Amino acid sequence: MIDDAVVVENAEKWFGLNPALANVSLRVHQGEFVVLLGRNGAGKSTLLRVMARLVKPNRGGVRICGVDVARDPERGRERIGLVAHQTFLYPGLSARENLRLHARLHGIEGAGERVAAALSEAGLDLSADRPVRGFSRGMQQRLAIARATLHGPELVLLDEPFTGLDLEAAELLSERLRQWAAAGRTIVMATHNLEQGPEGVTRWVLLDRGRIVTEWTGDSRAARSRYRQFLTGAPDSSVGPRN
Amino acid sequence: MIDLQKYLGLLALLAMMAALYAIFVLAPVELTMGIVQKIFYFHVASAWVGFLAIYLVCFCSLRFLRKRDRQWDVRAASAAEVGAVFLTLNLVSGPIWAKPVWGIWWTWDARLTTTFVLWLIYMGYLMLRRLVESPEQRARLSAVVSIFGAVNALVVYMANRWWRTQHPQPVIAGGEDSGLHPDMWLALSVTLLALALLFFCLWKMGCDLERSRESVESLRRIAQRHLREVR
Amino acid sequence: MKFWSQTAAILMKDILTEYRTRDVLTSMLLFGLLVILMFHFAFESDLEGIRKFGPGLLWMTFIFAGLLGMNRSFAGEKENDALEGLMLSPVSWSSIYLGKMLANLLFLLLAEAIILCLFSFLFNYGIWPRIGWMAAITFLGTLGFASVGTLLAAVSANTRMSEVMLPVLLVPLVLPVILSAVLATAANFAQPPEEQVMFFWIPVLAAYDIIFVTLSLMTFDYVLEK
Repeated sequence: MIDDAVVVENAEKWFGLNPALANVSLRVHQGEFVVLLGRNGAGKSTLLRVMARLVKPNRGGVRICGVDVARDPERGRERIGLVAHQTFLYPGLSARENLRLHARLHGIEGAGERVAAALSEAGLDLSADRPVRGFSRGMQQRLAIARATLHGPELVLLDEPFTGLDLEAAELLSERLRQWAAAGRTIVMATHNLEQGPEGVTRWVLLDRGRIVTEWTGDSRAARSRYRQFLTGAPDSSVGPRN
Repeated sequence: MIDLQKYLGLLALLAMMAALYAIFVLAPVELTMGIVQKIFYFHVASAWVGFLAIYLVCFCSLRFLRKRDRQWDVRAASAAEVGAVFLTLNLVSGPIWAKPVWGIWWTWDARLTTTFVLWLIYMGYLMLRRLVESPEQRARLSAVVSIFGAVNALVVYMANRWWRTQHPQPVIAGGEDSGLHPDMWLALSVTLLALALLFFCLWKMGCDLERSRESVESLRRIAQRHLREVR
Repeated sequence: MKFWSQTAAILMKDILTEYRTRDVLTSMLLFGLLVILMFHFAFESDLEGIRKFGPGLLWMTFIFAGLLGMNRSFAGEKENDALEGLMLSPVSWSSIYLGKMLANLLFLLLAEAIILCLFSFLFNYGIWPRIGWMAAITFLGTLGFASVGTLLAAVSANTRMSEVMLPVLLVPLVLPVILSAVLATAANFAQPPEEQVMFFWIPVLAAYDIIFVTLSLMTFDYVLEK
């Protein structure tokens, strides 16, 4: 049997008095494309960060491809690539140096070629040796995507990846998402708006106030209308404290 | 819960009366220093309590890091606040005693220096708590700092002692521990007990206060959210 | 093996950044010069005065310059949340600490070497016959300072007013280092050198280093965690 890509069991996380996650369990199979929906502060980001073991849950456990990340966070993180709206890039270093650093931290063999290939794939051949500080927002985003997936992660996590992207970078990201899905990578994406509805999503998971409210399958048009309904209507689920 | 606090307060009050009696009636007046030596009892006892408090803070912080239970953070924070008060008491009463006896307000001997440094560590700890926004982060960061502070308090004391033995200076302090009259010992012990009880009482009150502050805060946040939704 | 190569990667990253901009070293050196200048005007810097206050002045310059440098140490990591990027890599977080600490140590030692030369040059302070021991004392003292400083820089980077927070937390914690380093330096440069005193304080420095490097390694994960 193949291990599930992500298993979150009864995860609970408190920030002070506020529960960011309240008893969340989620299982993502290999090759699935799961979208986490919810308002700002519903716990999507925290859930992603619990998966990557950046956040230590107060209770509950996480396994990534069969690896218990509490026990062996490094082996869990090896399999993860995170694309977020922050770029994680060092502005003082060039594009190539940024990727090289990432390659060395991941212990990638033949780093030079992999880095060169990733740079040309991101369309950054010409500016590869210029410091990132001078890059446009779109270029930085392209580099950030190249960086997050340089080590060929089995599991790609995306945290509001479309926020602040220019049109070109957004198209590139959609293209990448299609490629990854086709290549059988597992994708978990958190977002609060579905304007750039991704394609090929296998499952939608709706979070509110740190809980999984409901989940469904289907295409993105149906999901969009269902999510809009949640945001505007359904008084029973939107009244009350939310974070 | 409230009962415990009342009993503690009452006990502290009684012990304080007993301490005053022991200090001013029982214990003999010191020959060379005279009446001003009476300050010694509160001075020394508050230092001991203040010093023990940093290890209490450190202990609560370790428990917090292990358990991730907010209660331990509240306990650590409150112990630090009260500990800082006791140490301040010590630092203020010290010069009042020193001036008439030694002729100077302050001397950089090992104990004074260590107390001063520890006081600064307390202040750094308390300032850090004010300057970190997220409660969860505040708890973690201040816990780490308190561990460093507790270890460092020991190191500072040792280093200072070695320094003074390396370079013998005109020793002004000295003899007050040596050959203490039995009644003086009694007075010191009772004062120590009184201050320790007072510490625990204040500590308990501080914890409760912090808890109510937090519930008020969270209630306010909920109310704000409701208001926003109504609009 | 993996641990050390990752530590080296993080260290090299900091060296490369510093090599590009030279921000930290330049500001530390300028600051050191200013302190020396102020010293000259505040005290009449005759040979007697230098003998007496020189070691203390040197270490105060080192500490203040170091505070300046270490305040910057996590500022670069905050931009674009690059630190989170490091934390997401399959590295032990201890290697992040060690990499940053070694970078700080290196920059500090470089700045201190230059300040020491300038000091000797400007005040005609004879350091050269005893430079070997001075190097050992400086290394041990700076190691202790950088180890606690790097950890606390990571702590204070999370606060409002982090530039103030770092000195308030750090100076009381490194007082044993300052004390032992100043006494050892003074003994080293005394006429004639007080070897016995010096050999008393050098092990104290080493012990401080061992205690606080260990403690920092044990607690750094808690500082980084989100």
